[in-house]
Amino acid sequence: MSATLIILIIVIVVVVGFVVLTYNGLVQRRLRVDEAFSQISVQLKRRWDLIPNLVNAVKGYMDFEKDVLTKVTDARANAVAAGAQGSPAAQATAENALTGTLRSLFAVVENYPTLKANENVLSLQEQLTTTENQIGFARQHYNATVLDFNTGIATFPAVLLAGPLGFTKREFFEAEPEAQAVPQVNLG
Amino acid sequence: MAASTTFYDEKAANQRNSVLLVLLVVLFLGLLGGLIGYALTGSRAGAIGAIVIAVAIGGLSSFGSYFLGDKLVLAASSAKPVSEEQAPQLYNVIRELTIAAGIPMPAVYVIQDNAMNAFATGRDPGHSSVAITTGLLNVMNREELQGVLGHELSHVRNFDIRFSLMVGVLVGSIALLSSFFLRYTFWFGGGRRSSNNDNNGGGALQLIVFVVAIILAILAPIFTRLVQLAVSRQREYLADASSVELTRNPHGLESALAKLAGDTTVMKEANPATQHLYFHNPLMKLNANPSSLFSTHPPLVDRINRLRQLTGEAPLPPDAASSIGAAS
Repeated sequence: MSATLIILIIVIVVVVGFVVLTYNGLVQRRLRVDEAFSQISVQLKRRWDLIPNLVNAVKGYMDFEKDVLTKVTDARANAVAAGAQGSPAAQATAENALTGTLRSLFAVVENYPTLKANENVLSLQEQLTTTENQIGFARQHYNATVLDFNTGIATFPAVLLAGPLGFTKREFFEAEPEAQAVPQVNLG
Repeated sequence: MAASTTFYDEKAANQRNSVLLVLLVVLFLGLLGGLIGYALTGSRAGAIGAIVIAVAIGGLSSFGSYFLGDKLVLAASSAKPVSEEQAPQLYNVIRELTIAAGIPMPAVYVIQDNAMNAFATGRDPGHSSVAITTGLLNVMNREELQGVLGHELSHVRNFDIRFSLMVGVLVGSIALLSSFFLRYTFWFGGGRRSSNNDNNGGGALQLIVFVVAIILAILAPIFTRLVQLAVSRQREYLADASSVELTRNPHGLESALAKLAGDTTVMKEANPATQHLYFHNPLMKLNANPSSLFSTHPPLVDRINRLRQLTGEAPLPPDAASSIGAAS
């Protein structure tokens, strides 16, 4: 076995190794992006599921505020529908509207001291707070995974392989213009 | 106008400094081991052998603490497990952070103590625990609590426990080598054995190496301890920056640190063996100088100022600094 042949074999092994490691690394990052994206839907669904409990807990105390409660229930139904078939823009608008009705509801609850101190209501309020936070953090984590993936395919030396291997940039989650509007608190 | 940085810059700087410090210790271990081995045996094989033996012993002794360490620490601090029904908001705050970080939920513990503190332990995010004192739970609001817990969870996801263990093994190996060598030298009167190819030049070199080895062996434990403490402080800064990366809210953590500065209670169960794990050095009251090289944690003022840099705010004025230092 001549020295040239040995060197050639080593070079081939190194190159193949590099390609394999790069490919695996990029696939892993892309999968994390996909997972992070679906986690956002998980959090949105959590919120949909919490709302009927909340409405039931306050219904008995708030006979004069049926309006606010109806708005919450309707907004929730809209959000579920938009989630099932709407475009991301429609979905974001619906979710934003739902947030608005929830804030109105809690603003109204402030007027009912007994209700405000009610343990059920406090517990549900904390659950809704944490759900809102979890939605936000899920989106943030999604953006972090997208950043990691995009950086991976843009930096040397992986950038040489990314195009030929079929890896393309992913989009960050950005609040739609509709969603960037501050949710309206309607004490109507 | 205060300089503004990002938490990405902070993280990068802290990680770089940690690695440099560890490299320093590794080089020192190599140097010391080599010198001692050569001083004792007059051969390079002896030098390498000495390093290997020291690291092996140090490594074995740390193996146990790697796997059992978190249970021991939790027991030592009287931490009791707490369920989600008992502490829903605490669980929610932690859960939000695990979503942002993409890690599993840790086991959650509470310590009955009026002093404000928290710690995290565990070799990787899949096997981690977080403990928090009742003092801290009572005083912190939601965003401050999230800042503190973000710091603790970041220790887990930055693998700081593993990192500290590695540094501990290195430092322990150096201490072992030094104590063995010094004992050997004093009890057995030096016992320098020459190699087969002894000549005057070889003998003289071995003598010089011997003297240098003794000096280094005496200085080694304190030198490496200082490096270990410097590494610990870097990892604390790193955990602060990583907490901001998770919460995107430097004010929460800054506010928590400011509240800590006003706390004068000393923790009941803290001891020097576990102080490096805590959010805030529980023995800091006993440290006359808060900026000491001998502290596992950076001074609270410096931690607050670095957070203020992230939002482009001016650092705390010097008189605020001294009053915070006096209170802690």
